[in-house]
Amino acid sequence: MVCESLIREGVEHIFGIPGGAILPLYQVLPEYKKLKHILVRHEQGAAHAADGYARATGKAGVAFATSGPGTTNLVTGIMTAKMDSVPIVAITGQVGRPVIGTDAFQETDITGITLPITKHNYLVMDINDLGETIKEAFHIATTGRPGPVLVDIPKDILQGNGVFNYPENVNIPGYKPNTSVNQKQIKRACELIKKSKRPVLLAGHGIKISKAYDELLELAEKCQIPVINTLLGLSSFPANHFLYCGWPGMHGMAYSNLILDQSDLIIAVGMRFDDRITGNPDKFALGSKKIHIDIDASEIGKIIHADVPIVSDAKIALSNLVKSVEEKTHVAWLNQIDRLKNNHPSLALRDTEKLLPQFIIKELHELTNGDSIIVTGVGQHQMWAAQHYTFNDKNKMITSGGAGAMGYEVPAALGAQIGRPNEMVWSIAGDGGFQMTMSELATISENNLPIKFAIINNGFLGMVRQWQELFYEKSYVSTSYKGIPDFVKLAEAFDIYALKVTDKTQVKPAILDAIKHDGPVLIDFIVESEENVYPMIPSGATVQDMMEEPSSQEIKK
Amino acid sequence: MTTNDANNSTTRTVTALVNDKPGVLNRITSMLRRRGFNIQSLAVGHSEVDHLSRLTVVVEGGDDIVEKITKQLHKLIDIIKVNDISDDNIVSRELALIKVNSDTKTRSEIMQIVAIYRAKIVDVSSSSIIIEATGDDQKIQALQDLLSSFGLIEVMRTGLIAMNREKNK
Repeated sequence: MVCESLIREGVEHIFGIPGGAILPLYQVLPEYKKLKHILVRHEQGAAHAADGYARATGKAGVAFATSGPGTTNLVTGIMTAKMDSVPIVAITGQVGRPVIGTDAFQETDITGITLPITKHNYLVMDINDLGETIKEAFHIATTGRPGPVLVDIPKDILQGNGVFNYPENVNIPGYKPNTSVNQKQIKRACELIKKSKRPVLLAGHGIKISKAYDELLELAEKCQIPVINTLLGLSSFPANHFLYCGWPGMHGMAYSNLILDQSDLIIAVGMRFDDRITGNPDKFALGSKKIHIDIDASEIGKIIHADVPIVSDAKIALSNLVKSVEEKTHVAWLNQIDRLKNNHPSLALRDTEKLLPQFIIKELHELTNGDSIIVTGVGQHQMWAAQHYTFNDKNKMITSGGAGAMGYEVPAALGAQIGRPNEMVWSIAGDGGFQMTMSELATISENNLPIKFAIINNGFLGMVRQWQELFYEKSYVSTSYKGIPDFVKLAEAFDIYALKVTDKTQVKPAILDAIKHDGPVLIDFIVESEENVYPMIPSGATVQDMMEEPSSQEIKK
Repeated sequence: MTTNDANNSTTRTVTALVNDKPGVLNRITSMLRRRGFNIQSLAVGHSEVDHLSRLTVVVEGGDDIVEKITKQLHKLIDIIKVNDISDDNIVSRELALIKVNSDTKTRSEIMQIVAIYRAKIVDVSSSSIIIEATGDDQKIQALQDLLSSFGLIEVMRTGLIAMNREKNK
């Protein structure tokens, strides 16, 4: 019944691990040839892989896990999907109904545990509800602001027989995502745009989720409005466009932060003013009015007051705006922006013989024509990847934003590669995060997925070390990895081709070698160990506190 | 009468229509807790519609807080409808049971107070009286404060329930 429902939802891939409570479901899987099950090595991998798959394809990712520890291992992945609005449906086995609540073997209250980190969850207690529940789960996960939904199914229900009722449509009285837009607010927005002398579009993940790429471009061009992306919004606007102005925030480009600060109107679309962008929200972009477009009404006014709130899907709101606004130009503003870009270049590389991580990303960008799907973990390497790998194409950047989940880079790359088998996937990994989920190399090897790993190996939990250097007087507590494995030998143990790079001159040949190799590749880049990410705005500070470059003392180091 | 807390800080009254299913109350309280909203009372009971309950929650905070709470409540799939009725013309009531020390000397004085407040005595023993009172929270609070001079043994309050008055009478 579950499999039948999944097929009706167009599911092709499932990531999971079997176990006692979910066995009845696994035992019938072979009868459903359309469903391909990917056996991962840890349930966290299943959830992150489903997440990477969902971000790469726009379809819901599906994860299976058994009761108890199987389900709790999903938790980090579910939370990651919740923070970044990613549609995944987790189907979990539960102990049989007669023993629920008795602390039975491998019993846990997973609906209770995941209550705050799912968009919604279900414990199915009647077999006749099963079809409808799965239908609702996919509907809720993929519509409105997407998010993870968990369906917990007791073993005796998985074993039982009932009437299979799979409704064509769902009707959930308490769930009606907005499918229109308030024309009064569109009119008010148009007036603000008309009056504005220094407008800027701040485009987030919502552009990618609602596939509003063309509408964003049209609005930007029609009114000559510069576009700044959020981290999750990267690859929603072509980076080679003259209106593109980078991404802001704690480690964003200095000019992007300054543009936001000097603007008189911010049109925020499909983003939620995360603290990594605003710093101190009481001092964020005080000179500007805000038009805030988001499908989730609770995001509007949560952190930053919206002068014009527009509760709507980004695509619908932008296409309405494009229709209603008058054409205009902002020559003086664009000149001002050009000066900001010239005076605050931000991303220039230091001239050194040392192997800098930024240099590797730049080379990778060049050698792949900026055309690969980039999956990253969390930390310094993530920031460098976002800074130095720029995207002209749509939906190429997959990274854990809100959750900041280290270890995301391995399983999410797995999911992305399965979702988009004909594109090259580069997983830019940190040595710390990689060690958290590297068991998925087995899954990658088993399925011969041609993922290329670039481990930016500095032997540290780099971002934490950077904070210790800047804010804790270089007291490097527990951030240095002494017992780091030889990643090349490790990859070889999984039958994965691997290279080690220790010198600048080896970077290009190694990347070219990896591109040529037909199958998974791992490159272990042994980089400068104490390099910092700049620019940096310290947590909770403002654009005035931005450190644009390393101090001269640091350069000598 | 001592000042009650409700008069000092702003409180707002929000009502909601919710699915009558296991775990729904947990979803609501879990959201309020994790987002750091303070509530003064919460009352739930069956509504006029099968499988739906009505809930009244009194929250602490101003307009901006209550707007955030209603938006977050609205996001919960099991909540059908949310209304901030604080500024409407509403009837709001709470039921309280108050057990207070009482002997032959004080009994008549307590009975007088009870009569003034249109409350009821529902149990009498040689050393105590149980009083049942309904009213808005200010009235209940005032009665409770008055009775406290006799020595309160136990107070139990249901929390406020509220309903809009009809506009055209």
